[in-house]
Amino acid sequence: MSFRVGPVGFRVGSDFAALIATLRALYADYPGPEIAHFTVRLPATAPWRRFLRPSVAIEGDYMLPDAAPLPLAQGLLAAEMAMNLQVALGHRRHLLLHASCVERDGRAIIMTGESGAGKSTLATLLGARGWRFMGDEFVLVDPMTGDVYAFPRAISLKNEAIGVVQHAIPGGRFGPLLRNTPKGDIRHLMPTPDAIARMDEPARPALLLFPAFGASRDVREVGSVEAFVRLTQASTNYTALGERGFDALADLVERVPARAIDYPDGQTALAMVEALWEAA
Amino acid sequence: MTATRYRAPPADALLIRELDGLFALYHRPSGTTHLLASPAPELLDLLADRAMTRDALLDQLLRRYDVTDAADDLLDARLSELIAVGLVYAT
Amino acid sequence: MKAGCLLATVLAEPARAGTLAPAEWTALITAARAEQLIGTLALRVDSGTLPRAVAEVLHDARDAATEQRRAALWEAEMMRRALSHLGVPLVLLKGTAFAAGGLAAGQGRHIGDLDLLVPRAALPRVEQALLAAGWEWAKPDAYDDAYYRRWMHELPPLLHRERDRMIDVHHTILPLTARTTPDADALIAGAVALGNGLHVLAPPDMVIHAALHLFADGDLAGGLRNLWDIDRLLREFSELDPDFWLKLHARAAEHGAGPYVARAARLAARLFATPGPAAWRRTHVSDALFERRLLARDGWGRETCRLTRLAFYIRSHWIRMPPLMLARHLLVKARRRVGPAPNE
Repeated sequence: MSFRVGPVGFRVGSDFAALIATLRALYADYPGPEIAHFTVRLPATAPWRRFLRPSVAIEGDYMLPDAAPLPLAQGLLAAEMAMNLQVALGHRRHLLLHASCVERDGRAIIMTGESGAGKSTLATLLGARGWRFMGDEFVLVDPMTGDVYAFPRAISLKNEAIGVVQHAIPGGRFGPLLRNTPKGDIRHLMPTPDAIARMDEPARPALLLFPAFGASRDVREVGSVEAFVRLTQASTNYTALGERGFDALADLVERVPARAIDYPDGQTALAMVEALWEAA
Repeated sequence: MTATRYRAPPADALLIRELDGLFALYHRPSGTTHLLASPAPELLDLLADRAMTRDALLDQLLRRYDVTDAADDLLDARLSELIAVGLVYAT
Repeated sequence: MKAGCLLATVLAEPARAGTLAPAEWTALITAARAEQLIGTLALRVDSGTLPRAVAEVLHDARDAATEQRRAALWEAEMMRRALSHLGVPLVLLKGTAFAAGGLAAGQGRHIGDLDLLVPRAALPRVEQALLAAGWEWAKPDAYDDAYYRRWMHELPPLLHRERDRMIDVHHTILPLTARTTPDADALIAGAVALGNGLHVLAPPDMVIHAALHLFADGDLAGGLRNLWDIDRLLREFSELDPDFWLKLHARAAEHGAGPYVARAARLAARLFATPGPAAWRRTHVSDALFERRLLARDGWGRETCRLTRLAFYIRSHWIRMPPLMLARHLLVKARRRVGPAPNE
């Protein structure tokens, strides 16, 4: 099956028909590419592993030699990891930032930080409060114009975030609950129909945020040098892009203000983001 | 015995952006990005596509730039750092 | 048409790309990536009237190849800085050599490790200088290390600590255990200077090395790309030098590599229509089997023709190692897969 997420078209094949059927259902609203940019393969790890303790290998145009297979029950996670890998290793048209992104009035907030810092949750919650969700895994920066493009794939919610988002968005289109994955409990949430329909609309970056879960509320200005360094670490293809990556990133940190926020809970975080947005 | 001479890449091999008083530098032949503080950018400028001995370099540094803290061993330290990352080459 | 076959066809006749259906494009791109030939495909196919996604993929592939070339040449430069004081001949091999020599074979090419040829006597000093300049052993395994040093044509691979790139230092171009023993001294003596202290092999030797690497040093995995290299080299060298084929024939005989070079030229002619004297293009019975192995790739990027591949895998070990050694080597490898390595 094939589907397009923003500027990237994927083709996915698997030995497991049920897995393909699940993906097809989740991505039913997404446009299909005639020709995919990347191919993902999710085969059984060995012929007998199609039935005996079924296990899915993560393969595709781009592969990591030591990628561990996952049990079929976590097949959705395998699909997500395989797609991330293709983009991370093979996509060069944009500078890739490992970040989440939301947009309002043509301007975007880019949120980046460590795993578990809450970028997915924040972006999802903002997406339910009038912001357009643009992605929670990759933010695509056009090196020529500096615009950001959406990559609104299934949102990956982990552990506590699952409950928070289910509570906040009871009508959301959720995937199955995946327990005890290498990353803990995971549940996927599909972006809203509006976010999917507008996936090709770019936005101007207006605010860079480095959120972190902390004991108490705090806001700090982040200088362009610190932002530059942190973003090189948050980019999967900065090095591969060479000069274009350097120029694109330097432009971004020169033009866009950056803030670090510590927040003790989701509501506080949302309030802080809205306040910073007013000021930006 | 001829003194060691140092050289840096020509100016067009480097992309430099000033950010908040520090300098982000992209070295095109190696594809490496560096973050440098003075006097490193000044050293690279003086050595751009020309070979200079350490003493000549020290002299130029004092004359052309407002670098007061250019003690001998500090210069040696900066030069070794730049050599280690491949930005300066000793001949 | 099978994807591997389609890839070879389009590389040989880029105009065929104008008639491809979307599904064929998808298969072609996937197969090209799997064979490390996407950069080459991007250069061969005219960017004129391509479907948008294809144009985007090929544009990225061209960019990626340029970046790889830059990285490979820089790695060669850093190696030069570490080794030039030894006064030892430094001969670049394979992809890096093609790029450094400005050859057509180097354009659009995927280049991974740095391959270097030095005189055997210089190995200890070269090893020491590289370790002092930031390289480390990539595999810390004692058995592999002893095996490598005694029988292989190269040091165990070295990885640069900070740049994370591998360097393979060769002292000849085939394992010492192989039945063919090329003349390493002659290879080094005939090397062509690049002007910066580095060398590349003389044109006939470059083709011979490529042919030996393709047929005598492995199981032909990734062979289509190597064969493409040979096609590009043969075309460029024979155009520059009308006596090239004669020199190639003579030199191949000196290295005991005649049959391999002949097979390489035949298969290149068969798959890529490489021009050459008629004597070099006559077919042999076994050519079809080699062609099958080289094109064993499907439209999803998977290797096909399992039995053919197995046959070549076994063959490659027979060529590299005498049978008793092979048995011992495979036994140790198998034991290691099952449990901790025995102390030898």
